[in-house]
Amino acid sequence: MNRHTLSVLVEDKPGVLARVAGLFSRRGFNIESLAVGPTEVADVSRMTIVVAVDELPLEQVTKQLNKLVNVLKIVELEPTVSVQRELLLVKVRTDATVRSQVLETVQLFRAKVVDVAPEALTVEATGTSDKLAALLRMLEPYGIREMVKSGMVAVGRGPRSITAAAVR
Amino acid sequence: MSEHIEPIRVSPTDQTTIKQNREQTTRRELTMTTAKPRPAPLAGSPKPFPPPNRPLRVGTEPILVNGAQSLVRSLEAVGCEAVFGIPGGAILPAYDPLLDSTSVRHVLVRHEQGAGHAAAGYAQATGKVGVCMATSGPGATNLVTPLADAHLDSVPVVAITGQVPRALIGSDGFQEADICGITMPITKHNMLVTDPADIPRAIAEAFYLASSGRPGPVLVDLPKDILQAKTTFSWPPEMKLPGYRPTTRPHGKQIREAAKLIFAARRPVLYVGGGVIKAGAHQELRELAELTGAPVVTTLMARGAFPDSHPQHVGMPGMHGTVSAVAAMQRSDLLVALGARFDDRVTGQLSTFAPGAAVVHADIDPAEISKNRHADVPIVGDCKEVIAELIDAVRAEQAGAGGLADLSAWWRQLGDWRERFPLGYDWPADGSLSPEYVIERIGQIAGPDALYVAGVGQHQMWAAQFIRYERPRSWLNSGGLGTMGFAVPAAMGAKLGLPDKTVWCIDGDGCFQMTNQELATCAIENIPIKVAVINNGNLGMVRQWQNLFYDGRYSHTDLGTHKHRIPDFKLLAEAMGCVGLRGESREQVDGVINQAMAINDRPVVIDFVVGADAQVWPMVAAGTSNDEVMAARGIRPLFDDDDAGGAS
Repeated sequence: MNRHTLSVLVEDKPGVLARVAGLFSRRGFNIESLAVGPTEVADVSRMTIVVAVDELPLEQVTKQLNKLVNVLKIVELEPTVSVQRELLLVKVRTDATVRSQVLETVQLFRAKVVDVAPEALTVEATGTSDKLAALLRMLEPYGIREMVKSGMVAVGRGPRSITAAAVR
Repeated sequence: MSEHIEPIRVSPTDQTTIKQNREQTTRRELTMTTAKPRPAPLAGSPKPFPPPNRPLRVGTEPILVNGAQSLVRSLEAVGCEAVFGIPGGAILPAYDPLLDSTSVRHVLVRHEQGAGHAAAGYAQATGKVGVCMATSGPGATNLVTPLADAHLDSVPVVAITGQVPRALIGSDGFQEADICGITMPITKHNMLVTDPADIPRAIAEAFYLASSGRPGPVLVDLPKDILQAKTTFSWPPEMKLPGYRPTTRPHGKQIREAAKLIFAARRPVLYVGGGVIKAGAHQELRELAELTGAPVVTTLMARGAFPDSHPQHVGMPGMHGTVSAVAAMQRSDLLVALGARFDDRVTGQLSTFAPGAAVVHADIDPAEISKNRHADVPIVGDCKEVIAELIDAVRAEQAGAGGLADLSAWWRQLGDWRERFPLGYDWPADGSLSPEYVIERIGQIAGPDALYVAGVGQHQMWAAQFIRYERPRSWLNSGGLGTMGFAVPAAMGAKLGLPDKTVWCIDGDGCFQMTNQELATCAIENIPIKVAVINNGNLGMVRQWQNLFYDGRYSHTDLGTHKHRIPDFKLLAEAMGCVGLRGESREQVDGVINQAMAINDRPVVIDFVVGADAQVWPMVAAGTSNDEVMAARGIRPLFDDDDAGGAS
């Protein structure tokens, strides 16, 4: 099964997230990642949904999604022609003896430290899933006290806008 | 413009707009108005909306009203003639102005499930939108079954429910249920109105959504304080449905492809589903069938879409379809599916279904195409337009080739199946009354002009098999959901919508005991339906399966209606203001049917006491291949054919 990234433009109305999420679960698909937020167009929200599914069931689920009255448009974003990013916040166990090593790793990954305490550092990083996984692997030996990751957001490369066409 | 919409595919190589049908209409406004007596077509959309119940009234100036008045005025404006419902706390404000409405007739039902099925029966019989109304909480949840039913059978129904006041939502208030959440997966759309000014728009949108594209149920949830609030009413409202653009006009290229396949096929079958009836495409269908000479099968939802008396009609396909229809599909080289959805009850085991057939699949819902069976030629569009264009394209093919395709070998094969395995039944060995005979006689006496409404089970299958349907919308049943108890309330809705038609409700004794309370409604509201209870004393279809697959261990299927005569359906009918009759022998059958036919001032119920052992045949057992269709117990025609090398 391949991972697919769907950008779903929806009307910003109550219950839309439940409709979309419910449709996936009802038809037997697991959402790997989901991010929702506003767009440059008022009253239009954008969901970025990552789903592991074969080509044929994907076609079925997108057709079913299209039937939701509040869904405006669905675009599949291929990794090669889009920018895909996740955000990671991770609290690493860090005392004075290892702080400089942790900071070095943070710099290598172009992440940044957003909070410091005597026995922990909180690191913020953005990137692809692979990059964030690599960062986590490097930080793991020090002890990860807490971590949180956003769903993936993605945008197509080049000048075209999917929102403009959908709502004009 | 409307250039057209190929089935939606995901290109692996590009950022592909999956929502092509919307992409192609992008330059339209976000909102559309219905500033005309009829809903205006979308700018540039291929055809006008399906006509509403009645023309919308010409624009009214804003007037001061409360939310409830706005609701009732909206219903009047959108052309609603009948509402089936029960009042209660949260919906109470709506019932006050309803009392004064001269154009909306409210029918007080006995259970909300009855309201929902009545709305569906009304809609299926008339083609208009059926409306039901209930209060919050239990009133609304009682609508769940009929909404799910209407959803699976694509019936245009609008449900209006009361909700607790806005301030109480989410507080587990008295009679609070999140009905929008509950019905999300079983409605085409639903909405909670949170501003009284939105009521006219919500109603206009609900009717439009319910009746356009692939029809379906739409629920509008109205908090009580919204109904009580001061607001203004004006008509028509502006609809805001930027994400909803059904495709009705088929793609020309696909039509030509389909016509080529149809012309080239030597064993074609027109596989006709309920979409043909919904699209009002029966005349076009007949023309296409006669033009191509292809055999026609009509599914359970499509009985009547093509006349049973037509020589090209080879029967109903599916689990209890005729051998000729099942075999025709299995051995065909081309299936032309028109408004059908390859339901598991039609295909049997999917992997062995019609193995040699190419598939042309036309449906208004792109999601149905290639859902179960891959379509070689997908066509998205309204059946009426699709078939009309197919006719032209097939004509062009025929003109180019200088004649018709030769289907004579195919018809010889079909004729052989029809001759050797006609529908039939044996009289019960115990001397009891044959249920098939009763149903057959009702069909013969009431004729093709009557409406027949069935519940779910053996009686439903026999009614689909042994009554001859000659016209669309003369056969109503619960096909997709298989809702026992559908018949009595649906017949009530149908009769209310078409008071001049004879409406026969063919019900089983199990089904009848689920919703017969609506007979009281029929008696009081003067809706004189005729009910034939095919009383075999058992949950007959379940009993049949227990007989076939559980060694005849009849676990909890005997209802006692024979053994104890509890309830006595004749007395029950009379208790509810109906005429109660009974038929227990062959000699009595015609007499009681004719008696019932003569009574038009009251509902009539006939208790037909029939044998318990009659079974529905032919049959394709659940999950098995259609190749294993059994004409009767142990008789497998297609295997016989294969052994004899007779099937091509």
